[in-house]
Amino acid sequence: MEGGDFLLEELPRGSSAGLLGTVAGFVTELRNAGIPVSLTENLDAVEALRHIPLADRGAVKYAMAATMVKNDAHWKAFETVFDVYFAYRGAEYRLGESPEDQEGEELVRALLGTGPGDGGGMEALSAEQLAELLYRALREGDRALLAAVARAAVLRYAGMEPGRPVGGTYYLYRTLRQLDLDTVLGRLLDQSAPDFPGSDLDDRLLREEYESRLDMLRREVEAEIRRRLVADRGADAVAKSVRKPLPDDIDFMHASREELVALRKAIAPLTRKLAVRLARKRRHGRRGALDFRRTVHHSLSFGGVPADPKFKQPRPSKPAIMVVADISGSVAAFARFTLQLVYSLNSQFSRVRSFAFIDGIDEVTDYFKGTEDIGEAIRRVNSEADVIWVDGHSDYGHALETFWERWGRQVDSRTTVLLLGDARNNYHASQSWVLAEVAGRARHMYWLNPEPRSYWDTGDSILGQYAVHCDGTYECRNLKQLERFVEQLG
Amino acid sequence: MTTAVPRFDGPADVRRGLRQVEYLADEGIAGVVFLAERLAKPVLVEGPAGTGKTQLAKSVAELTGARLIRLQCYEGLDESKALYEWNYRKQLLRIQAQRLGEDSGATWSDIEEDIFSEPFLLTRPLLEAIRADDPVVLLIDEVDRVEVETEALLLEILSDYQVSIPELGTVAAKQIPLVFLTSNNTRELSEALKRRCLFLHIDYPDLDREKEIVQVRVPGIADDLADQIVRIVRSIRALDLKKAPSVSETLDWARTLLLLGTRHVDTETATGTLHVLLKYQSDIEKAAKDLATSASR
Repeated sequence: MEGGDFLLEELPRGSSAGLLGTVAGFVTELRNAGIPVSLTENLDAVEALRHIPLADRGAVKYAMAATMVKNDAHWKAFETVFDVYFAYRGAEYRLGESPEDQEGEELVRALLGTGPGDGGGMEALSAEQLAELLYRALREGDRALLAAVARAAVLRYAGMEPGRPVGGTYYLYRTLRQLDLDTVLGRLLDQSAPDFPGSDLDDRLLREEYESRLDMLRREVEAEIRRRLVADRGADAVAKSVRKPLPDDIDFMHASREELVALRKAIAPLTRKLAVRLARKRRHGRRGALDFRRTVHHSLSFGGVPADPKFKQPRPSKPAIMVVADISGSVAAFARFTLQLVYSLNSQFSRVRSFAFIDGIDEVTDYFKGTEDIGEAIRRVNSEADVIWVDGHSDYGHALETFWERWGRQVDSRTTVLLLGDARNNYHASQSWVLAEVAGRARHMYWLNPEPRSYWDTGDSILGQYAVHCDGTYECRNLKQLERFVEQLG
Repeated sequence: MTTAVPRFDGPADVRRGLRQVEYLADEGIAGVVFLAERLAKPVLVEGPAGTGKTQLAKSVAELTGARLIRLQCYEGLDESKALYEWNYRKQLLRIQAQRLGEDSGATWSDIEEDIFSEPFLLTRPLLEAIRADDPVVLLIDEVDRVEVETEALLLEILSDYQVSIPELGTVAAKQIPLVFLTSNNTRELSEALKRRCLFLHIDYPDLDREKEIVQVRVPGIADDLADQIVRIVRSIRALDLKKAPSVSETLDWARTLLLLGTRHVDTETATGTLHVLLKYQSDIEKAAKDLATSASR
């Protein structure tokens, strides 16, 4: 491994080991980020690196991913760690590997009027000039120029100071606010309209193209900020601050918008897997009880000796599910994902009925009927269902009481009742006797709470009063826990 | 066991080669195929349906001039269908033939040795791939369909390229085949299996690559039209659908539009031919509605 290999040249600060040490450090960071990497996979990665040109950043990345990341959901986390750990370091970052990228770099260098990276000569480029360059880069979809503009913009607007303990998102926000991308997009669309007198469809496609270019810019800005952070604080510190939870581990109650999108994407394959697993479990279940009649019948051919016992085919009845969900703001995301999961697994249950409440309660089963689009149904639940009685603050007591009056009789011994919510009752009466009655009729009754267990029964949470009547209370803060619960339900 | 002479010089070489057989690989795909060959490790290919997972194995076989051996997995697949089976009828015949010529002097142990020998062995895909003299590419398709227990059957082959047959001993590979496993991710594969493989996730290609794929696979398509097609497909994929259009469906759509003599796709044409792209009625309705409302935005 001679000089010029970026792996060796770009070793994280403070690390003096060679290739092996670098990979080991990287693996540690991957494990910290929640990606399981076994010892053999670590060895495979080292072996793989012997076969590829180490100067080729892309090849190194794919070699490491292929040997160590065995789950697509982990890809994003891997990419972040990789970018931080093997960030281009030092004052002089390359903008890209291909020669045509050089042009962009020189352009900006000329515009900045200085050597690269020292940030001293920003004045050379006025805000108008930068905006103009940005506009040009977006219009032409010029990747190199876009990267160059992103760099200049970060230098100019992010106001990054050494040693300042601020996360990357803060700088990202500052930079993007100054660039005022909405206005730029508007200008792009106005400008290009005369050239494309096409149909609405064309307009739409054009807009989407510009939006994807803007996304590209955002990513470039983000990457640039990350690079600078790494140069300032070192990889280990930055890796810690950019570490993001894997989709399975995202907390329902505190998910950001971006994380909610990731969750929504993760739930489709999850339901598919769960459905297959539940169906298999049903089919390959234990053998049933002895079928006395058939055993005697067969024993005739062995002279009356029951040598070949026959068993009944077990037909475990599918449970009927009643979901009673709190859909008030604090737990809405959780209710949404649970409903989605339960309805996607529709075929595994004999019947699913759902009720939504805040302080009033309403049956929302019909919204899910006759539509295959669960997302749409949930949106209708949120906008149309009659769930507000007085003030729109959760009142478990009143909701449960109404539930008992109107639908209590329909709970029977085949029904499993799922209660979803944080049991934060705003100091109303608990009416926990309702649950005692329901539990008496139902086959099972479970409570799923999206809050961490340590928060239960603190403040206005009165889960304890309800929990005594339930067959089980479960902490469901993320998909992993929700999946585990649903699997044992089928 | 001989290690095959390296067939590729580098990832770029793989990429060029695959392009010749009309498979447009991106950097990641080419890189993993190259590593698979160098490290002699199987590749586990995962991703949405219709993104060319199976085609990758076929194209690599075509490129290397190797024979493709395919094992289609399904629930209930067992040893006798995947690995080998004794030819029971032939064994019976052999024993009966022995009885007829009673005085040939052969003892029972001779017969036993005889009927559990290679002529009585029926090779199934996995064993066949191991025993082949010529270069082969082994494709284990939709491996997520077999039960977790059956997965264990594959482990010996995947790590050591050998099969143990109790009556015969261990059959080791004469040359190491390139192995591709595909999975649609209907269940989590076991750690043991994943550990032995290189992992490759093939997602929907980006705009430029999909356009190139369309141009290569649908000869005679105009540049403008191809461009527009992939943009509309990208737009539809962004919707929340039950089943997003795959690459193969993009190709079908491109062929359809070409046959219809379309030069420029407008909203009506797009809505009218959506059923080629999408396979669920609810998805079609949703996409049609979305395309129509783009007018009012």
